[in-house]
Amino acid sequence: MATKEIAGNKVNVNEEGYLLEFNQWNEAIAEAIAKEEGIDELTERHWEVIKYLQKYFEENDAMPSIRKMKKSGAVDTKEFYSLFPGGPLKKSSKIAGLKKPESCI
Amino acid sequence: MENEKIKKVSIICAKGGLDEVYPALIMGNGARMEGMEASIFFTFFGLNAIMKKMVKKLKVATVGNPSLNLAMPMMKMPITAPFPTWMGAIPGVSGMATMMMKKEMEDLDIPPVDEFLEMFTDAGGHIYACKLAMDMFKLKKEDLVDEVEAVLTVGQFYEKSAGASIIFT
Repeated sequence: MATKEIAGNKVNVNEEGYLLEFNQWNEAIAEAIAKEEGIDELTERHWEVIKYLQKYFEENDAMPSIRKMKKSGAVDTKEFYSLFPGGPLKKSSKIAGLKKPESCI
Repeated sequence: MENEKIKKVSIICAKGGLDEVYPALIMGNGARMEGMEASIFFTFFGLNAIMKKMVKKLKVATVGNPSLNLAMPMMKMPITAPFPTWMGAIPGVSGMATMMMKKEMEDLDIPPVDEFLEMFTDAGGHIYACKLAMDMFKLKKEDLVDEVEAVLTVGQFYEKSAGASIIFT
């Protein structure tokens, strides 16, 4: 565990930069992590996906698979990859302040 | 070099049983999920997986499949018990084993092959078919599912795989 300052907040992160405690997350942190991940601006669609992930985690205490995302209707596979290029599930989870998804699918 | 991240994978799928096609799809999709470039080259019986007529009909072979045991198609038997060949030859047994495996996969969120091909290409993965195998089986491009991007010779496949790790499943 390490402490890191993101957007003026001191937060606990793991070695890959995922937040360890969701209650430390806020929207400014999300924007800062997104920039680190190469996403300059979080659009409304980004936020909808982020909020969906947070809701999913709250309800299931687990991260969805990429197939669950597709079936959820929240975002289709093509759009998901274009919103978060280079590893959509990992990046969106990180931005949402959630843990790294472990599913192979 | 030692710890350099893999940036691109080219996967070759040469077999067409249900249990033989999934590894290629899972490895390919997993590569895209990690942000790598990914392509799958289907050759020989692997073409079954991308044929319109076959894509929904792939089966687990219960004869001549020495790795199959009684636990594998989730029959709740010990994993050390081999699947008896005589049993596998009974009509309907292969279909039954296939059905059980599919159910188990659905529970794990592994999509059916046709949906998986779509998901993989939607994710930016590339699907190629082997020209020589197509000629051998007298297949045309229109016999293949729409997700197939191109029919390639071996040379073209290697060309497209420049810089990639090549995986044979």
